[in-house]
Amino acid sequence: MDRLDPTARVAAPELTGAEIVIRCLQAEGVEVVFGYPGGAVLFIYDELFKQDKVKHVLVRHEQGAAHAADGYSRASNKVGVCLVTSGPGVTNAVTGIATAYMDSIPMVIITGQVPTHAIGLDAFQECDTVGITRPCVKHNFLVKDVRELAPTMKKAFHIATTGRPGPVLVDIPKDVTSQTCRFEYPQVVAMRSYNPTVKGHPGQVKKAVQLLLEAKRPMVYTGGGVILSDAAPQLTKLVKLLGLPCTNTLMGLGGFPGTDPQFVGMLGMHGTYEANMAMQHCDVLLAIGARFDDRVIGNPKHFGQVPRKIIHVDIDPSSISKRVKVDIPIVGNVREVLDDLIKQLEGQPQKLDPKALAAWWAQIGEWKAKDCLRYDRASKIIKPQLVMEKLYEVTQGDAFVTSDVGQHQMWAAQFYKFDKPKRWVNSGGLGTMGFGLPAAMGVQLAHPGANVVCVTGESSIMMCLQELSTCKQYRLPIKIVNLNNRYMGMVRQWQQFFHGNRYSESYMDALPDFVKLAEGYGHHGMLIERPADVEPALREAFSRKNDLIFMDFITDQTENVYPMVPGGKGISEMILAEDL
Amino acid sequence: MNAPVPSTYPLPAAPAAGMRHIISILLENEAGALSRVAGLFSARGYNIESLTVAPTEDASLSRMTIVTIGSGDVIEQITKQLNKLIEVVKVVDLSEAPHIERELMLIKVRATGKDREEMKRMADIFRGRIIDVTETTYTIELTGTGEKLDAFIQALDKTAVLETVRTGASGIARGERVLRV
Repeated sequence: MDRLDPTARVAAPELTGAEIVIRCLQAEGVEVVFGYPGGAVLFIYDELFKQDKVKHVLVRHEQGAAHAADGYSRASNKVGVCLVTSGPGVTNAVTGIATAYMDSIPMVIITGQVPTHAIGLDAFQECDTVGITRPCVKHNFLVKDVRELAPTMKKAFHIATTGRPGPVLVDIPKDVTSQTCRFEYPQVVAMRSYNPTVKGHPGQVKKAVQLLLEAKRPMVYTGGGVILSDAAPQLTKLVKLLGLPCTNTLMGLGGFPGTDPQFVGMLGMHGTYEANMAMQHCDVLLAIGARFDDRVIGNPKHFGQVPRKIIHVDIDPSSISKRVKVDIPIVGNVREVLDDLIKQLEGQPQKLDPKALAAWWAQIGEWKAKDCLRYDRASKIIKPQLVMEKLYEVTQGDAFVTSDVGQHQMWAAQFYKFDKPKRWVNSGGLGTMGFGLPAAMGVQLAHPGANVVCVTGESSIMMCLQELSTCKQYRLPIKIVNLNNRYMGMVRQWQQFFHGNRYSESYMDALPDFVKLAEGYGHHGMLIERPADVEPALREAFSRKNDLIFMDFITDQTENVYPMVPGGKGISEMILAEDL
Repeated sequence: MNAPVPSTYPLPAAPAAGMRHIISILLENEAGALSRVAGLFSARGYNIESLTVAPTEDASLSRMTIVTIGSGDVIEQITKQLNKLIEVVKVVDLSEAPHIERELMLIKVRATGKDREEMKRMADIFRGRIIDVTETTYTIELTGTGEKLDAFIQALDKTAVLETVRTGASGIARGERVLRV
């Protein structure tokens, strides 16, 4: 090709590796990069300085960079990008990378590496980045030749965003960033070894439609795949079309409107009674973009005791029949498969047996009547559930909510009804405490004018607290809702139930004064101690559009999350508040 | 016995009876591809009985043969997980159909006195070739299935075996089935 067109090569400019990195980011339409500079990435930072298309957000710890890029991606349709230096820069980011990997979040992580000639010599700030991150990325690259840089960046973005998405890391030695070559950004990627299936098999789709229409007790169970493939409208259409009950996993909330009467709540370890019972007792289960993990179906043996037919739609074949055998696997992009299912269903004269469906809904209604999420509304101490309910009211259900990990995460998931996808941002797979605040930064940067709330606890928030400083620098008006019960609540709950009330190291002694702490970072803090003050405090906080407000709610220390499926039990074997 | 404390994790499944499988993989001949495969097996707790790898006639591709033991479910997961690796081009479970497998062993044995002639005879019986000779030792080259190599070692006087080195199995499908891009 080059020989035929000698001018083509001349036309391509000769750039340094660092310039190429930036040009690639620009070509991919990257607007924000979260990062922290260091020796191995100095050339790249120099090039960042010389342009203004790609904005850089300086975090205070590389873990924050990874979580922020992750949060940015989860709340938008864009790839989260982070940039860190070699050695400790990378190892600090690993928790964030693993978090994104477990939840299949498209991210590109650019890491500096010591110069190629120093690799393997235990150089200053050297670590085996591709080795360390290999098990927690979708793919990673070490670029040893500047001419490989642009094609590798192209591949990285392609791999991160296609198939089952995930983080992709590009490790670039410092000398590669200073060497030069002609720059041309590839338009397309062709990889013989990577061609994810997108379309579902038509025969399988047909079988699925037949099975669904014959169901007496149908159930739809969806997960993060619906969110990731932007399939919420399709899912809603399908569920409405057939009048099915629908449940979402923790990762799938917002995939189907939380306020819709056909929504039976989240399922799983802390799912609603009705969702778990319906899951256990349905006769045909349509699972979409979900993976039957241990937090969702509990003990698979117990789950298997009730005979039911399962249709499983997922882009990742390895997620199908991993923990639970399924009858009709459909590999493909959730959105495309749902489109096909809807098309076939719309052309079908046959409808679901209305009598059976009515009986099934009556049964679900009975389960619903248990009112499994009720709590003591007359309590004189603030109940965490009350804070979540009021948060929902005050934000009119339209906020972006991030969370950390623990009891507060479950209460947020149970009580904040998400009607839209990409509004609920939490670390479901890895369960990373410290995720909430930096993720909220990413969300706020993706949606500058929106209400962004970080629901957290006093233990979680302290794991990435330093990012309050980043929030100040970029004027991110995040509202932090700290459910402060002076315990690592979820650990304490398990210790209460299963370890004879021995609260081994789950108590947080010597907590900081969070109001002063927020003020120390240049933000506004509020201490809320009485139930009557909850709503006014939230209203005041959200009226201050431009300020980060740290709300420290002193909540009931003994409150537990119900319902609860103890580990190893079946999902219909829940502990309810009323049982105790 | 105390009542078991519920675990936050899923209960261990009863190990299903495992069968020996021989899995052939075509993968990009790139640095790190081998560690991705090896890392996958260790991270997910799969067995590796043996693993061999070398470039094919197309130098951009490597052919890997892994011998593993697992139940049907485990083997299904192994092939799915292998296919998920970006550098893996194709995966085939050779054990699903007629196939041939061969392994090469080099074995150094003591060959002195009356044992010297006996050793030569044993090598002949197993169709081995003596490829290095000293006054006191033979080095024998032997190819065959793993079972055949085992049988050869079994047939020798234990004290006569000085050193063995085996390649692990390589496999190929019988008939016209081929594994290529």
